[in-house]
Amino acid sequence: MEHIISDDTIDYVGILAKLELSPEEKQQAKKDMGRMLDYIDKLNELDTEDVEPMSHVFSSVNVFREDIVTNSDEHEKMLANAPAVKDGSFKVPKTVQ
Amino acid sequence: MGLMDLTAVELGKKIKAHEVSVIEAVMEAIAAIEEKDGMLGCFVTVAKEQALERAKTVQRQIDEGILTGPLAGVPVAVKDNMCTEGIRTTCSSKILENFVPGYTAEAVAKLEAAGAVILGKTNMDEFAMGSTTETSAFGVTRNPWNPQHVPGGSSGGSCAAVAAGECSFALGSDTGGSIRQPSSFCGVTGIKPTYGTVSRYGLIAYGSSLDQIGPVAKDVTDCAVIMETIAGHDTKDSTSIPRDSYDFVSALEDDVKGMRIGLPRDYFSEGLDEEVKTAVYKAAETLREKGAVVEEFDLGLVDYAIPAYYVIASAEASSNLERFDGVKYGHRAKEPEGLHNMYKMTRSEGFGPEVKRRIMLGSFVLSSGYYDAYYLKALRTKALIKKEFDKAFETYDIILGPTAPTTAPKLGESLSDPLKMYLGDIYTISVNLAGLPGISLPCGTDSRGLPIGLQLIGDCFKENNIIRAAYAYECSRKEQEG
Repeated sequence: MEHIISDDTIDYVGILAKLELSPEEKQQAKKDMGRMLDYIDKLNELDTEDVEPMSHVFSSVNVFREDIVTNSDEHEKMLANAPAVKDGSFKVPKTVQ
Repeated sequence: MGLMDLTAVELGKKIKAHEVSVIEAVMEAIAAIEEKDGMLGCFVTVAKEQALERAKTVQRQIDEGILTGPLAGVPVAVKDNMCTEGIRTTCSSKILENFVPGYTAEAVAKLEAAGAVILGKTNMDEFAMGSTTETSAFGVTRNPWNPQHVPGGSSGGSCAAVAAGECSFALGSDTGGSIRQPSSFCGVTGIKPTYGTVSRYGLIAYGSSLDQIGPVAKDVTDCAVIMETIAGHDTKDSTSIPRDSYDFVSALEDDVKGMRIGLPRDYFSEGLDEEVKTAVYKAAETLREKGAVVEEFDLGLVDYAIPAYYVIASAEASSNLERFDGVKYGHRAKEPEGLHNMYKMTRSEGFGPEVKRRIMLGSFVLSSGYYDAYYLKALRTKALIKKEFDKAFETYDIILGPTAPTTAPKLGESLSDPLKMYLGDIYTISVNLAGLPGISLPCGTDSRGLPIGLQLIGDCFKENNIIRAAYAYECSRKEQEG
């Protein structure tokens, strides 16, 4: 099967990926993704009907711990890399009118 | 012979015996960086002042008998995707250009506790996505064997730095071959440990179910010693696995009598360079002469590992890289209109083409309507690949083959065709999917003088089998070279 990626698909993926692509980037992305999906279609040669999907190699069991704070207050350290800070919090553009 | 020609363990011994001071060792490494790195580009950040300061402290602690381990005072380079408190950590991406972490990755903290001195952070493919170290936002790294060629990737800076003698050893990370393939191209030795053996705490995530930190060094002994230092269960990484043993050094035995070694026929077929093939077969023959039982066998599903990997790794990357949104750290677009635009503009400006390509693919295969057909299909394929390896390890102690189909390509040859570049990972990628340990070590050079890598793959938690075989092979090679 040959994959033709439509403009709608690329726009939709751009929304999911939170990426704004230039017209040139979009053209390239359509080509690249189509080619990758053609290649990935090779997996369809395999019969995986009765195979359980394996997300982790070792039997993955949730690892729990008691909800006890073990680290110290690292508020200042956390904020040190923020592009914008106000009153000890991360500052972002206005979200509610 | 300079101090940077010594292995990490040899240098550590000299420091311990007070034949060399920590300052001398660190100064010599920095001198090598200052002399060569302008041309090679192994480092993104050199932490000269911190390293010299740290060297004094470590020397005092050695003198006081507090630090007694084999790596005390030895200069190390760290791949730039591991957080280092107070030292810029960029992942070779514009989006993290000014990021200075407030904490240190567990594996790096363990090295520091053992007295190793961090020289700086090494170049890599942006977010570890690539096989050549050409996708870095801070320029390419060149192969010390021939600067017209790539060092491999994504841990290209770490491997080239070790090969060039700009450090005694280095840390890399391996998601689909990113320690083993550049080790092969740069003629150094690198191990990708069993998944869960080294903590991923503080490693900037790419494909979380595949990522492992491991050593890059001048020989097998160094790798075993570094493994013992960085491995261990860590409650801060929920995928860290408590192991029965963290003893790797006792596997350094020149003895492979009776060891069963399997050569997968598909690892020696179409696409493999003739010179690489000859060198790897010769290495297998050396181990046979030393008493190993060497056989060819059919591994199966070799051709399905790369497509499965790119679905899984891209899916995980698209999720992991959502955190780079311009809010808490890193680059933020100037004057965006509203929050959503800030996210989009920040990411579009900050990420390079290969990272965008994988985030897009990952978002697609996880999207509603395609999730079953692509993502779950890849996870089912992964289960089948794991089963093939399980079957192989019923018969063999280790699997032997090439690390990569070729030696290092020339700069600029790979990026024009991503799919072709991906195919270069054919022998390394399935090891990550199955969570296995693998080592790459030098086994000769081709007619152009570029190093060839031998890969040994072990069953989960059986690092000691590959370490023992690698050490035995290395002993023979040293004897031959006299």
